[in-house]
Amino acid sequence: MMIIEPHVERDYEPAPEQAARSGRVWRNRLFKGAMLFSMLVAFGTLAVLLVDIVLTGWPALTATLFTEAPSSLPEEAGARPAILATLYLGGTVLLLSVPIGALTAIYLEEYANRERWWNKLIEVNIQNLAAVPSIVYGILGLAFIVRGIGIGRVVFAGALILTLVVLPTVVVASREAIRGVPDSIRQGAFALGATKWQVVWRQVLPAAIPGMATGSILALSRAIGETAPLLMVGATVYVAFNPTLFGEYTALPIQIYNWVRQPDPEFQTVAAAGAIVLLVIVLAMNAVAIFVRNRYRQKW
Amino acid sequence: METQPHIDSTRIAEASRGALARADIERREKVFSVTDLAVYYSGKPALEEVDIDVYRNTVTAFIGPSGCGKSTFIRCFNRMNDLIPGAKVEGTVLYHGEDLYGPDVDPVEIRRRIGMVFQKPNPFPKSIYDNIAFGPRVLDMKGSLDERVEGALRRAALWDEVKDRLKDGALGLSGGQQQRLCIARALAVEPDVILMDEPASALDPISTTRIEDLMHELKREYTIVIVTHNMQQAARVADMTAFFSVVVDDDGSARRGILVEYDMTTKIFTTPSDKRTEDYVTGRFG
Repeated sequence: MMIIEPHVERDYEPAPEQAARSGRVWRNRLFKGAMLFSMLVAFGTLAVLLVDIVLTGWPALTATLFTEAPSSLPEEAGARPAILATLYLGGTVLLLSVPIGALTAIYLEEYANRERWWNKLIEVNIQNLAAVPSIVYGILGLAFIVRGIGIGRVVFAGALILTLVVLPTVVVASREAIRGVPDSIRQGAFALGATKWQVVWRQVLPAAIPGMATGSILALSRAIGETAPLLMVGATVYVAFNPTLFGEYTALPIQIYNWVRQPDPEFQTVAAAGAIVLLVIVLAMNAVAIFVRNRYRQKW
Repeated sequence: METQPHIDSTRIAEASRGALARADIERREKVFSVTDLAVYYSGKPALEEVDIDVYRNTVTAFIGPSGCGKSTFIRCFNRMNDLIPGAKVEGTVLYHGEDLYGPDVDPVEIRRRIGMVFQKPNPFPKSIYDNIAFGPRVLDMKGSLDERVEGALRRAALWDEVKDRLKDGALGLSGGQQQRLCIARALAVEPDVILMDEPASALDPISTTRIEDLMHELKREYTIVIVTHNMQQAARVADMTAFFSVVVDDDGSARRGILVEYDMTTKIFTTPSDKRTEDYVTGRFG
């Protein structure tokens, strides 16, 4: 392992009695080196993956990918239905998870009495739900939404499941944002004769929205990449038509998965191109989140 | 009752610094009448044995060392203690003869009539205009909002400084301006009383002077109650002053505030009746 030696200004040579000091300096260097190494492992892997995918997928990253439906011929295969379905899923998840998540967070932060056992139970539950593997949500969705309610293997069913997957994250992020609004704002509003409702809706919520938006977008970008629960609730692997909210569908990660499984090596290129599209969508959403956070962040 | 010539000379002597004479004050209407008040946090007493009358169009100051309950006490007047879980108020607080803690009293209505300014300026993260307009909007007050905003800013001596940038964010103002904005915000809902909890403690001396000048102005129209840790400030602005102190249980486990002395400000600072007050105002304690 190579350790990059930091430049240390020294106007003396370490004397024997300074051995302890010298030991500390070395421990310091060792620790710095370890941190640097860890960082390189994480970022290096990511960089290799990105470069590999871009190099592999570049030839297939053509208009065909966006305009055509999947085909048995690699050169004609496109991901139009999958891209559209992923956008539908993302939009629906956003519309469902943000209001539910924000309202839950407002209840827990502003209204719930922490002393009551049921509120504690809800809190613990939300923490745990965030750690539940998404495949479990998929099983739940298959049993209760696809078969239980009986809406079938449609975009809306997938969106409901993904909403459940991201909801705990949205709630936690929204609570963080609400907690970030200083109490002095609430006090100031109450002191003017505002009701609880007015304080929450006219002061706390507007001040918390940038934080909520950031957290929600990041959660959504996770949902976009989810594959397991969608496989469970029946995103179909081959769909040659544009999706509708209550129709059969495939999603981008599943389309990529399907291409990777094809024996024809040409399809690996198409799969890599699909992965690039998925990455760009996710990175674009993260960029929006960062922009929102920096642009609207409140300095108190 | 003091003799007539004495009252006159006192009045003349104090008129120069804006303070009022005792007889003059005690003729006034009682805005608040507090009897045997005690406040508990989670069952533990924070403040006990408080009896005070607050008179109309005066400045009343609460002074005392940290932990003496003066901030707790001022928050009893607009029922802000209701917002603290576990807080309980006992005794009576009459506001124009009506029990503030009566069963039919709506704390929201009280806070509309009894405004409050806090220790740290707390403008809303909105424009200057929207800060002032918030109160009138939530209370659905009639009349021109623009006029109301201008009037409030003028009375808080802030209009000339901000009239050209009403749409700018309030957080861009200086600390002193922010605090005057908070005063203007309180004035915009046309309160009867303004409570100020250490309104100048986070401000520089010049801003502090402006706030104090403002208090002298405002007491013509409003009744002002102020908490301050700054004795000179109390001496400068207050007509009446109450001194609170801390008592510690014999085993040192519990501390609670009590009212030691309440009198004319001049009396408190020159010839206090209680030894503890004297020690405090002369700087021997606290």
